[in-house]
Amino acid sequence: MAQTSPRASLGDAGRIVPRSDYTAILSTLTSAAMSFLAVFALALSLSSGTLAQRWSDTLAQSATLRLSAPQAEIGAQTAAVLEILSTTPGIAATRVLEVDEQRRLLEPWFGPDLPVEALALPRMIEIIEAPEGFDAAGLRLRLSAEAPGAVLDDHTRWRRPLVQAAASLRALAWLSVMLLAAAMAAMITLAAGFSLAANAQVIRVLRLVGARDAFIARAFVLRLTVQALIGAAAGTVLGMAGFALLPVAGETGFLTGLGFQGAGWLMPLVIPPLAGVIAYVATRVAALRVLRRES
Amino acid sequence: MIRLANVSHDYGGRGLLTGVHLHISPGAFYFLTGPSGAGKSTLLKLCYGELTQRSGEIEVFGQDLKGMSRDALADTRRRIGVIHQDCQFLDHLTLAENVALPFVATGRPVPEADLHELLTWVGLEQQADALPPTLSGGERQRAALARAVIMSPEVVLADEPTGNVDWEMSQRLLALLVELNRMGTAVMIATHDLNLIRTAKSQVSARNLRIADNTLQSAGSDL
Repeated sequence: MAQTSPRASLGDAGRIVPRSDYTAILSTLTSAAMSFLAVFALALSLSSGTLAQRWSDTLAQSATLRLSAPQAEIGAQTAAVLEILSTTPGIAATRVLEVDEQRRLLEPWFGPDLPVEALALPRMIEIIEAPEGFDAAGLRLRLSAEAPGAVLDDHTRWRRPLVQAAASLRALAWLSVMLLAAAMAAMITLAAGFSLAANAQVIRVLRLVGARDAFIARAFVLRLTVQALIGAAAGTVLGMAGFALLPVAGETGFLTGLGFQGAGWLMPLVIPPLAGVIAYVATRVAALRVLRRES
Repeated sequence: MIRLANVSHDYGGRGLLTGVHLHISPGAFYFLTGPSGAGKSTLLKLCYGELTQRSGEIEVFGQDLKGMSRDALADTRRRIGVIHQDCQFLDHLTLAENVALPFVATGRPVPEADLHELLTWVGLEQQADALPPTLSGGERQRAALARAVIMSPEVVLADEPTGNVDWEMSQRLLALLVELNRMGTAVMIATHDLNLIRTAKSQVSARNLRIADNTLQSAGSDL
């Protein structure tokens, strides 16, 4: 007699459901596609967080003071303003912009031949903040008293919309991840329903030999969960490979930080187990519901 | 063990069984006969809960089948060995795996020695690793019988268990069922094979039942 070991080979209840079942292939493909997209949504979320932080940090570390005064008083007022700034806590450094720098700033609008010296341009003073920052409201009060022509711009009005936009982008990315998870759960629930319908004979035989619903459900859950895990792993690897192959952006470009950096590369590895959990729950709920309905 | 009281059943309004009374007690041996379509298979299916009666009461091991939970019904089926007329198998599993399925499905370890002995008894030791679609009708019936008895059930309900096997093999299968009956297993065989019934009568005290005119009747000794 040929040696047989049915117990060993059937130890995995998932084997009871035929491997050639097309619904299992559907689960694999669905899971792979959703995981691939989830990698991109995750990357977008991480990148938008990085961008928000970068924009916020960059603009938060500097401020500009614009001083308008009659030509005869500009020197004295500049000195007064610099004195105020030097005694203001939280300001690391100040620097008066040179005429050449002002010309370069205006060049995009007025061209290279603008006679800056002949114009009554306001004096620009760059303020570099110390890490603890300065009290902008207090500084404005002092300036209004001692240098009425000075206007402080701490970039708040520029920074806030950028940070808000980045935060919205991140929220959208997380919403995408959640929608993808929900879509995957729905697809796998449908696949489980099809699988149970296509394997009516398997269910009939299992019931004939006294299998409980929990055992039958487990057989289908195991098969579909394993298939979903395989698909999710493949989709995740493909997505990560896509980012790994992206050209590296410059240090200061707008798209710098798009993708995964450092420990961020570990984040997509959460997707396959998460897909497995979603597949497990979705398949189990669907299987038990169908078995209850068809008993 | 199994008790049917005034049970009636129909298919799509067409009456099939009416007012059936039956009591299968431990150690009983029944033959069930009747023309094709009379309701033999239906009666067996009612006994193990695959079908639900239109009216009347069916008690299995002291429990009303109709009010039984699905888990309780599954547990009840573990105590009943069923041989289907169409020998249902999982076609992607080997014959040995199919025969061992009742153990796997109930989470019990498969007794390899018993499995080997049983397959040898039904003459399928060489086909243990074969897939069901590659087996002949007779081999499938023998495998179905092996699967039905491997858990040493308290009742065996067999629907034409010898329909596709030769005389010699049918005698071996009958001997297996008689042996189980002597150990206390109740057996009910639905069959057209009158020779099988006559042979069995020399080995076991069997009662003959016949379905005719939608009712279950005692066939007495006119077989």
